[in-house]
Amino acid sequence: MVTEGSDTRIVTPRRLGGRIPLILLSVAALVFPWVFEDAHTQHVLIMIFIYGLMALGWNIIAGYCGQISLGQAIFFGIGAYSTSFLFANFGITPWIGMLFGVAVSLVVAVGIGLPTLRLRGHYFAIATLVIGEITQTIFINWEYVGGATGIWIPIVWDDPWYTFQFHDSKIPTYYIGLAFLTGGLAFTYWMERSKLGLYFRAIRDEPDAASSLGVNLGRYKLLAFMIAATFASLAGSQFAQYILVIDPDTVFPLLLSILIVLMTMLGGLGQIWGPVVGAAVLLPISEATRIYFGGQGGAEDLMIYGFLIVIISVFYPRGLFGLIERLIKRRDNAGS
Amino acid sequence: MLAVNYLNKSFGGLQANQNINFEVAEGEILGVIGPNGAGKSTLFDLVTGFEKPDSGDVLFLGKSILGLRPDQINRLGIGRTFQKLKPFPQMTVEENVMVGLMQHVSQMNEAREEAHRYLEFVGLIDKMSVYAHGLSTGQRKRLELARAMASRPKLLLLDEVTGGVDQKTVPELVSLVERLRTEGTTVVLIEHNMKVLMSLADHVVALHLGQQIAYGRPQEIQAHKQVIESYLGASYA
Repeated sequence: MVTEGSDTRIVTPRRLGGRIPLILLSVAALVFPWVFEDAHTQHVLIMIFIYGLMALGWNIIAGYCGQISLGQAIFFGIGAYSTSFLFANFGITPWIGMLFGVAVSLVVAVGIGLPTLRLRGHYFAIATLVIGEITQTIFINWEYVGGATGIWIPIVWDDPWYTFQFHDSKIPTYYIGLAFLTGGLAFTYWMERSKLGLYFRAIRDEPDAASSLGVNLGRYKLLAFMIAATFASLAGSQFAQYILVIDPDTVFPLLLSILIVLMTMLGGLGQIWGPVVGAAVLLPISEATRIYFGGQGGAEDLMIYGFLIVIISVFYPRGLFGLIERLIKRRDNAGS
Repeated sequence: MLAVNYLNKSFGGLQANQNINFEVAEGEILGVIGPNGAGKSTLFDLVTGFEKPDSGDVLFLGKSILGLRPDQINRLGIGRTFQKLKPFPQMTVEENVMVGLMQHVSQMNEAREEAHRYLEFVGLIDKMSVYAHGLSTGQRKRLELARAMASRPKLLLLDEVTGGVDQKTVPELVSLVERLRTEGTTVVLIEHNMKVLMSLADHVVALHLGQQIAYGRPQEIQAHKQVIESYLGASYA
């Protein structure tokens, strides 16, 4: 039992050092591609933005609302396929394709969520995992959208903002990714301070108590799932326009859904910055192992992820962001 | 205000509630007593929609609430606390209370200000920024009370509000329930502490092994042979 003297006060942004670190981080993110001009470093940052956005969505359904989805790759894949298919077959700008992808993802999220979000405990996680695998199999066998070979997006040099293809520089893609990630963070910040965030956290902590206080569990769980699907779909669309070649194994794999879970848990589940911190740690490791081991490598990055997750879970259950909070508290206590 | 009409509920071979039948008038405090396993909490679960009865009906303000979800029942005006306390542990005390308020107010600031009034009422205002997992059992009981009150119920079901708290805290919780009545809330109270129950309740329902064995004024229940038997054994009756 925690005694009355225990420090169980909440950590406010002020206690995290105020707005100055945020301003410094924003400035650093804005000038980064002009300081670090090599393509590889910019590539890693772009991937952090894309996966970070997807992880932000997962953080809302799992970290805030307590529903562990292992099928987020479904929506990433739908977003990727929507933009690619519409552009490759009908020349529709990927910006419209992105909105179409979100619309399809929302419909699919409702279709999956209505029956499965009634399930409690690990059953929802298992259901989403299985549906994710089924979705991948469907796309592998769906010849109309390219089957197992997927879609090669036609390379177009003209009008890059219309085609969402930037072949001369990674900088536009960098800023688009940064803008979407910032939008995701801003939404999460707003949500955490709204009725929506309050209800999500109540459902996560004690669904029965939340229900006894007038919270419609089904409606709010579904809403969280739809938000997560939107984030994943937007990330998938960006990924497709960046890589320009997609197939079911790249955009629908279970491993992608697991990777997002690991990122969020490493960074801090239910923390605004957790998914971004996790992505910023895990993706460079992934890139480094890929370069170091090359074609010989297999799952070294996953072994390192696994090791990190064990360490973090045992010593810092609130993730790296929780560790940062703890260090700031210690600094505050030492200063007072 | 509330009419429980011949409610039956069984779990497998266990008859948890059998022909439970009573009414609660507006403004009164009804006590529910019975030894462990008598079916008291099951009764609360049936009234608040957490369990579906096998047969019987529950009327609230003259309308059946059978088949409604717990959140729908709460929005009609029935609040409850739980025997096994269910605070939102990773939320602050203030946020816990705000959850109950958000169905009535649209602005977070408005909810925050009103939450402070409920926290003043239960004496937890100095703990409003503390995470709920950091509270003692007595403080958690007060928090559950404040949270349930914040949903502005017409009828409040309190499950063992004084159970598990130290003797010093009991009179404070009793006075809170008394204040609820004076402010117009109807209360149904599950209570093991007979002294507390006799001082608060207008009527008492006694359950034993899922059956309703008595209903009446506290003094009548105190002298009821079957009630004495079920609590103390046949030799004391």
